[in-house]
Amino acid sequence: MRFSEAWLREWVNPPVDTRQLADQLSMAGLEVDAVEPAAPLFSGVRIGWVQSVAPHPDAEKLRICRVDLGEDALLQIICGAANVADGMKVPVATVGAVLPGDFKIKKAKLRGVESFGMICSAKELGLAESSEGILALPADAPVGEDIRDWMALEDHCIEVDLTPDRGDCLSLSGLAREIAVINRAALATPAIQPVAPVHEQSMPVQLQAPTACPRYLCRVIRNIDPSATTPWWMQERLRRGGIRAISPVVDVTNYVLLEFGQPMHGFDLAKLDGEIRVRMAEEGECIALLNGEEATLRADTLVIADAGRVVALAGIMGGSETAVGPQTRDVLLESAFFAPLAVSGKARSYGLHTDSSHRFERGVDPGLQSRAIERATRLLTAIVGGEPGPVVEAVSEADLPQPRTLTLRPARVAQVLGLALPQETILDILTRLGMHTEPAAEEWLVTPPSARFDLVQEVDLIADIGRIYGYDRIPVSHASSASVTGSTPEADFDLDRARLALVDRGFHEVITYSFVSPEIQALVDPEQQVLRLANPLSAELSTMRTSLWPGLIQTARYNQARQQDRVRIFESGLRFRIGADGLSQTQGLAGLVVGSPDPEQWGLTSRAADFFDLKADVEALLALTGAPGRFSFVPGAHPALHPGQTASVECDGRAIGLIGMLHPSLAAQLDITGDAYLFELDIAPLSVGALPKHASISRFPSIRRDIAISVDEAVTYASIADCIRATETELLRDLVLFDLYTGKNIESGRKSLALGLILQASSQTLTDGVIEDTVRRILARLASEFGARLRD
Amino acid sequence: MAEHTGLGLAALQAAALEAIAAAADLASLDQVRVRYLGKSGELTALLKQLGTLPADERPAAGQEINQAKAAVQVAIDRRKVVLDDAVLTARLAAERIDVSLPGRGRRPGGLHPVTRAMRRIERLFANAGFAVAEGPEVEDAYHNFEALNIPEHHPARAMHDTFYFDAELLLRTHTSPVQIRVMEEQAPPLKIIAPGRVYRCDSDLTHTPMFHQVEGLLVDEQVSFADLKGVLYDFLRNFFERDLELRFRPSYFPFTEPSAEVDIQCVICGGSGCRVCKQTGWLEVLGCGMVYPEVFRHVGIDPDRYLGYAFGMGVERLAMLRYGIDDIRLNFENDLRYLRQFS
Repeated sequence: MRFSEAWLREWVNPPVDTRQLADQLSMAGLEVDAVEPAAPLFSGVRIGWVQSVAPHPDAEKLRICRVDLGEDALLQIICGAANVADGMKVPVATVGAVLPGDFKIKKAKLRGVESFGMICSAKELGLAESSEGILALPADAPVGEDIRDWMALEDHCIEVDLTPDRGDCLSLSGLAREIAVINRAALATPAIQPVAPVHEQSMPVQLQAPTACPRYLCRVIRNIDPSATTPWWMQERLRRGGIRAISPVVDVTNYVLLEFGQPMHGFDLAKLDGEIRVRMAEEGECIALLNGEEATLRADTLVIADAGRVVALAGIMGGSETAVGPQTRDVLLESAFFAPLAVSGKARSYGLHTDSSHRFERGVDPGLQSRAIERATRLLTAIVGGEPGPVVEAVSEADLPQPRTLTLRPARVAQVLGLALPQETILDILTRLGMHTEPAAEEWLVTPPSARFDLVQEVDLIADIGRIYGYDRIPVSHASSASVTGSTPEADFDLDRARLALVDRGFHEVITYSFVSPEIQALVDPEQQVLRLANPLSAELSTMRTSLWPGLIQTARYNQARQQDRVRIFESGLRFRIGADGLSQTQGLAGLVVGSPDPEQWGLTSRAADFFDLKADVEALLALTGAPGRFSFVPGAHPALHPGQTASVECDGRAIGLIGMLHPSLAAQLDITGDAYLFELDIAPLSVGALPKHASISRFPSIRRDIAISVDEAVTYASIADCIRATETELLRDLVLFDLYTGKNIESGRKSLALGLILQASSQTLTDGVIEDTVRRILARLASEFGARLRD
Repeated sequence: MAEHTGLGLAALQAAALEAIAAAADLASLDQVRVRYLGKSGELTALLKQLGTLPADERPAAGQEINQAKAAVQVAIDRRKVVLDDAVLTARLAAERIDVSLPGRGRRPGGLHPVTRAMRRIERLFANAGFAVAEGPEVEDAYHNFEALNIPEHHPARAMHDTFYFDAELLLRTHTSPVQIRVMEEQAPPLKIIAPGRVYRCDSDLTHTPMFHQVEGLLVDEQVSFADLKGVLYDFLRNFFERDLELRFRPSYFPFTEPSAEVDIQCVICGGSGCRVCKQTGWLEVLGCGMVYPEVFRHVGIDPDRYLGYAFGMGVERLAMLRYGIDDIRLNFENDLRYLRQFS
């Protein structure tokens, strides 16, 4: 809602300046979005009267005008506008004038003819976005007067961004009432006198959907002057309210809309057939709308129809066939109350949003229709003349919103606000807000004004009391409220800690959109069924991710394209998968590395990260579970990963994640340079419930024996380690793989592993005999299980 | 013989001392030791010749020789200390490094600025006793709207720019549905915050289709708007580490009443007016209010017995103000050059 400050001050004029006024509105919950001057700064522009227009001898498009500015001599001004004419009143920027944009007007010579100023267009004065030709002022504009004074341009346009509950403030009258309440100032409401009919012609009205439209008023006005134009002051007020002037009938209805918040409509009476029927549309009925579009209606839509067809979408927009035009002589004015529930969402469902639907959806004062139609009649007949007929009112009283009487407990006011207000203060605020209040000992009866659709419960009244008293005057309490100690299981996996672990290992956290393009989704996780948005912003952002990898891969590509060769990134967040049990939304943690694991530096040889670099990172995460031994890496498969470098991460044999190299053909398709490695873990299974458990430390020395064995290349390290641990469960404290070798001196198809066995007993120092026996048993077992041979 | 011996001894001692002084390293010093004091050293040899002297001369001669041996040993020891010292000095000199060279190894990465701000928010509220609650991001219309007193066709619903999957399923437009889920499952008193991703079908210079919110909810028998003001004063002043002025502006949310939007004194200009605060001196940072009775009724909490407050804030907004970020879209481009600034 945008309005002229000067207009508001005609209703209520508290002793506060513009900025204070704006602050008052904002602090009353009517947020001021902008305060702008009614016109940009300019000076030296006066009203001129064109006395003669003659062609320029040397320029086809220029005219030599002689303009009366109320001084002894006429001014000679060259003008290029096509519409300049003898006898016109125009704004003249005289020599020395400064127009918006610091444009100074000087004496000039145009093709040899002197010009002492400039005749201005509305655009040149900053009064319109665009304009054709110079601005024609009304014939009664006083010659010589400064145009800023005459147009009262020392004004501001104030834009308030109203919340949907405050439909009552979508008008000057509503805003003025609030300002009057806040300042305890007098409110001067324009007096509305009924206009007596001068003939009996009227239009019958049938309320066929009384719940949706319980009140419909209309009035015939005959023989209007089609050549009349909207007065200057009204056009200006509309302009300052953000509404473009169109024609007197439209302008007057818009003016009443701004003034009182009652949306109205004017029909061309000649185009209406028989009667007005306010009814629900028939499924599939069509109407050509004022905005040039055609709408096919649903049966849930309230319409205004005549005997033959739909002529308007009730409370939203009129039809073009019955619209008032230049030929219109007789008008039917409409002023109706449409129930908010009947209009809500309807405009939007047809892709429309109008000043009218905006107000009806939020609630228009059901007591306003009669005053509005009288006000519009008076304003309209003052402009276009015409003969008003009687006002026809069709009403279904039972369906009108009934006054609500609410119960208010002053004690509850104190409880909710945390502020004990004296009862007189509460009563005073309610009274100023126009509420009818019957105070009593504990429960007061309060009846809000009919425009206040937002006041339906006691707490709404309490909020309004707080609002007018001032939220800033409500105390700031540091009273301790209920202490609720949330219990966090210690053994739960701490995602925050995991994030920090990755950060310390050189990873950067990224946050990518949860929706990705269907293409990358299909490439990365082709076997997973996906959830698609019905109304995505774009196809690129249309598919809910089933894995965190698409976002990581896109981020890697984005950074590689910006000379960032070393990428170590991770993300945590939900994945959206459709399975047999429907949609699952599970938290995951995933990472991607490509390029060198360490930043380039003097002391390390540069190399590209490989599987085992990333595996160490994943192992570090698994260590945070408190039970790393329950996790294992077994050869796995995934369509996005290299078939020979993929491991499934398992917890007690159940798959909980994946790690591997991005499949080379996928890397090529996705423009990833270098070998990229990925991991992704499900978070929930990482809470394995393990707490640290103390075991006593042996006092006896540990000893180390190194063995080197050769085995077939297909034998995995994990199976060897498992075998060793199973063979010696008591004395083996630790097992270290300190070398892995293939090549020279090793038979082809075999590999050599060098292992350190750390042995220790809890109750004695180990003897050579026990040690040798242990090593012998281990070697024998490795030989029998894997054909391992001891190397020299 | 005695004279010869005496003369010989003095010369021998002098020669030894000279050789000791001339020894340039520990190896040559040891050669000198062997030559004079070794088993077949020259001074040792003199001692062995004592037997050839008359018995009455032997004690004096022996004493002289031993004194000479001792003097030579002392000289060797002293020289050794000097040479040891020289060796150490040389080693230390040789081992000098350029301590300005960069350290070796991996450098830490960093958390995303939104996570950084989110952790800070979570910690401040954890200090005040709020527990973290979570909820689904693919949400149903009931929890996202109806239960929060936003019926279908309510103008507030149109303002939410919702992403839908079908008529019932949508991407949550705010973290407020977590309030509902918590109240459905737990009995008061309740004191939670709900951080997380939210989605709006809106993308331009100042909007991204996904962003983060933190919702807060407290339900108890005695809670007032004054308590709400208190918790938000504490939070915002602690978050920004400044004694900021706050402004509670009446506003409207279907699920709270009274409702307010909270402005802080502009952290960029201090309230004098700048581009960031659009010359107003104030920055809107969160919305809040007292839980609307309808919301309690939806989850079966008695609105006559319990009161509650709720608040919700945009994490990007707070992060941007805190770290001087001027474009919200940077947060989701994940340019490493941007992310490194928050390491």
